[in-house]
Parts: sequence; C-alpha cells; structure tokens
Amino acid sequence: MLAGNRGKFFAMLFGVALTALIITQQSSIFIGLMSRTVGFIFDTPQPDLWVMDPKVQFVDDIKPLQDTKLFQVRGVEGVQWAVPLYKGQLRARLSNGLFQTCNVIGLDDATLVAGPPTMVEGTLADLRRADGVIVDEAAAKGKLARQGQGPDSPSVPLKVGDTLELNDNRAIVVGIARATRTFQSQPIIYTTYSRAMRFAPRERKLLSFVLAEVQPGQDVHEVAARIRRQTGLAAYTAEEFRGLTIRYFMKNTGIPINFGMAVGLGFLVGVAIVGQTFFSFIVDNMRYLGILKAMGASNQLLFRMILLQTALVGVIGCGLGMGIASLTSIVSKNSELAFYMPWQVPVVTFLATGLITLITSAFSLRKVLSLEPAIVFKG
Amino acid sequence: MGSAILCKELTKSYVTDKTATRALRGVDLAVEEGELFMLVGPSGCGKTTLISVIAGILNQDGGECRIFGEDLKAMSEEQRTAYRGHTVGFVFQSYNLIPTLTASENVSIPLLLNGYAREEAAAKAEAMLGRVGLQGKIRSLPNSLSGGQQQRVAIARALAHNPRLIVCDEPTSALDYATGLEIMDLFRHEALNGNRTLVIVTHDSRIFHFADRIGVMDDGTIVQIARSAAEVHLDQTHKK
Repeated sequence: MLAGNRGKFFAMLFGVALTALIITQQSSIFIGLMSRTVGFIFDTPQPDLWVMDPKVQFVDDIKPLQDTKLFQVRGVEGVQWAVPLYKGQLRARLSNGLFQTCNVIGLDDATLVAGPPTMVEGTLADLRRADGVIVDEAAAKGKLARQGQGPDSPSVPLKVGDTLELNDNRAIVVGIARATRTFQSQPIIYTTYSRAMRFAPRERKLLSFVLAEVQPGQDVHEVAARIRRQTGLAAYTAEEFRGLTIRYFMKNTGIPINFGMAVGLGFLVGVAIVGQTFFSFIVDNMRYLGILKAMGASNQLLFRMILLQTALVGVIGCGLGMGIASLTSIVSKNSELAFYMPWQVPVVTFLATGLITLITSAFSLRKVLSLEPAIVFKG
Repeated sequence: MGSAILCKELTKSYVTDKTATRALRGVDLAVEEGELFMLVGPSGCGKTTLISVIAGILNQDGGECRIFGEDLKAMSEEQRTAYRGHTVGFVFQSYNLIPTLTASENVSIPLLLNGYAREEAAAKAEAMLGRVGLQGKIRSLPNSLSGGQQQRVAIARALAHNPRLIVCDEPTSALDYATGLEIMDLFRHEALNGNRTLVIVTHDSRIFHFADRIGVMDDGTIVQIARSAAEVHLDQTHKK
C-alpha cells in the first residue's frame, strides 16, 4: 500500500535516511575525535604501565617528573624494565619563516620504546643518527611541507634528508612515519629522549612519563599499586589511561553535548518527518483499512501490516543513510575529518531507526484500533 | 429454505454530545436464504444502519438480529471479525477498491483473509474475474478501469470467498443506466447462485424489478414489504 503512494514513500525514506545519516555521521565523528585524544596511547602498545604525576588528567596534560623518579620505578618489585618518555610541544620554524607548534616525542635512547607504529620511509634505528627526527606522514605532506619555488607553486612534502629548525636547534628528517592523528592535529615529531632534552627549553623537570613493563607472571594491577605506594606516582594500564583521558574530554569539554544534541536532533527530525508522513498516510487510507476490517481483517493483522510497511521503510532508509555516511568516510579518508565507525555505530543507528519505526507505528495503532468498520458505508 | 436474516425489534441510536438520533426504531425483518432483498427509502431513514448491523460491522442497541441462526450480539469482537470474513461479502457505492493493487490482487484479499495460500488465492481471483467478464483486466489497476468495470471487480471480490450473504450499498448509483442494469444482471445470475442471500440498499427505482422482495424504510422502521416494483409506494413514507 505504502509503496503505491510514491510521494509519501519517498518522504518517509528520506526522513529515515536523513536520520540514519545524521546519527551515523555525528556518532562516528564524535568517536573519531575521542579516538584522536587517545591516539598516542593507541600508538604506544609496548609498555604494560604508564607512570606519571598523580595530578595528570589526560594524555596531553603533562606534569613533568624529576629524572630520579625513573630509577624509583625501576626499583619497584615486579618491574621488568622502565624507560623515560618526553612528550611536549615545541615550535618548528618552517622554510617560509612561519612557525608551527609540533608534538615532540622523546624516546628512550637505548630501546626506542614508544616509537611510531608504522614507518613509511627510513627505520626507527635511524633516530640514532645525528640530529635525527622522524616526522609523521600527514604533517610531512601538510603542515610541515616546504613552500614551492614560485609564489603559486604547490608545496613540496618534507622528505628524508630535509632539515627542520626545532626551537632554534637543527633537526634532520631521517624517517617518515604513519601515526594516529592527534586531537589538535599537530605534527608529531619523534626523536630520542636525550635529543628532546636538547630541543626543549631548559626546565628543572622534563620527564613526562615513565613507561614500565611488568615481569612475566606478575599481576599488572598489583605492580601498579606497588608503584603508587612506593613512588607516590600514578600508574595506569593503557586501557585505564585511555579511560582517564576520554573521561576528561567527556567531562570538561562541550564535545559530547554538541554531538549528543546533533544526534538527538537527528532522531527527532526522523520521528517528526517519518511520524507525520506515516500518520498522514494512515489517515488518507483509513477508508481502505476500514474495508479490510469490514472484510474480516483483525486489528492485529492491520497492525502487522502497518509495522511491516514502516519496517520496510526503516530498513531501506537506514541502509541508505549508513551507506551515505560510509561513503563520506571513504571520500574523507585522508582529510582532517575525524571519522571512525566501529561496529557499535551501525547497531545503534539501526536500533534508533527501529525505535522511530515503532513510535511511528504506535501513533498509527491508536487510529487503527479506534477505526469503526462502519466507515465503509459513509459517502 | 430457512431464514437468512431474522431481525426483531431492532433498535440503534447514535449519541453525540448533546443529542441522540434514533436510526432504527424497532425493525422487524425476515429475509430468506437465496433471496434478493432490496431496502429502499429516503436518505436518513436507517437503511445503511440496518445493513451495517446485518453485516456485523455495527452493534445494535436493542432487539435481536440472527444471521443464519447466529446471534450477532452474542458474538465477541473476534468472532464478529471472523463472521464478517467468511460469511459476508461487501459491495459499495464507490467501489472501494484498493488503488495500489491490481484487480486480481483486490479480489484475492478476502481469500487471503480466509487463509488461502497466495497462489491459490490468485488463481481463484482470476477465475472469478473471468466470471464477471474481466478476463483481460486481471493486471489492471482500478483507476485504469471504467466505473462499471470497477464495480464488476468489487462484485468479484465480494463473491470470491463464496460468502452466504452479500450486502450492497447503492451498487448502481455511480453508474449510468445501462451499466447499472448489467451490474444487476450480474448480481441476479452470478451472485445468487446456490443459497446465497443478497441485501441491496438502493434509491434507484429502475432496478427494483430485480428484487424478490423490497422493504420500504422510513424513519427507522420498515413500513412496507413489497413483492414487486409495482407494489412499492415510496409515498408511504412519513405516513406511518
């Protein structure tokens, strides 16, 4: 019946598809943004524990430690090894004279633990070369790219062998790596810990984190508790540190409210468009529903018919909306758009459109239940 | 033959916020099985209310109405729905075919509601459309058919599941005279096969001669039962 009324069918399809698109896209962008806040933790899977100042609230909230804390952690029973990690923001001077703030990661000189997950050019060991730094691929092609020869020439990506000026220090690009984009989308530059100490402005304390591995057979949480007790520092597993960071952003930024409102509005738009269109469809077809009722169709049968029709629109519309959202993610794969769609997003979108279908059907149900079959003899 | 319809002292009122309108004021009526019975009378006299009660789509307030011996008032809502599904066929003034379904699909509806499989229902519907002279219009949508053809589809739909009672509300009033006669001829020769009973509400005096008996209604009661068109005295109305 509904497919026969093309105008209303497409209006409902449009409503569901728009809702599914908004819910999928906004949820995926929200999750993408949240993932970026913990991108660095994801990219550093080697250590069992992240040790830091107890006041640290999230991964970029650096409260430097004294170097001696490293040795204290190494001295805790159950710790296999512990290495220092520097994480800070330094200014890079570009070839055109402009400055770009970069996220500089200083890796333990001996082990190079916490290096980038994927090397595109060069190797991690190249960091041991004099003044060596590894730059992330997106920054090499974007924010750190060199200006072309002419005024209108396209910029030239930074490549191995190029030099940078980091806080008035010379740095030579020895590798290009692929790393998860950060929340601030700043270039990521990897170097050794000792070189990072040289690049960073002089301060009394520069150690950002201590990365620790637990001895085999030892319980990670027990060792973490021991570190907390003996050093007075905070010690988290990667999962706990990600949770801490995400909770901070959820609690202290407007991101969840903004995206939550967009998702909520999408849902309401869906209910309004689909509900109103379907209700008007039911009102238009009351006569025919009355005929079916007069001919012996039960209320249950009529309701099943209505539910089937809304469900059909729901499934097609949901598929269309999610398809468009997925297409957006493919098209914007190499852009700044933070789009990450885990399997939970399509499930939530499907449930939301299912709910719209149910609400819409429930509106119509009342109308059908109160329908007098005697309507068939009127006019 | 026994009584198909037996109504005694049937009453029905429509109550609005401030007023109550008495549509049926104690109707007594007996229609035999296999009879074509017409209900005539002025607008608002209660004809449609009476066939609505007989068809089981409206509850009477008082009195008794037995259809093939079954007391409609004693039935639950589910039983009445089932009763309508297998016992009654409907033909309406404005055809009331579902516009998005083909002629065959429209005729299949009562069969599907009676539990026929889709293929079987389609085959029976096509056969029934053949019987009403619409072999070539099986796949046609209602709006591509003439008024007479649409009414033939409606008759095929009413007959498809072989109901024992057919109620018709002004089946010829939207048609020209010649087509109206064709439709009545179809009722007479197709619909009355076996012991099926037809109750037709009409204003159209040109088709009275198709009836076995004619009940003249006025002001909620039956004021005359005529055996032929010539006996009908519509001027009796309001002289009760």
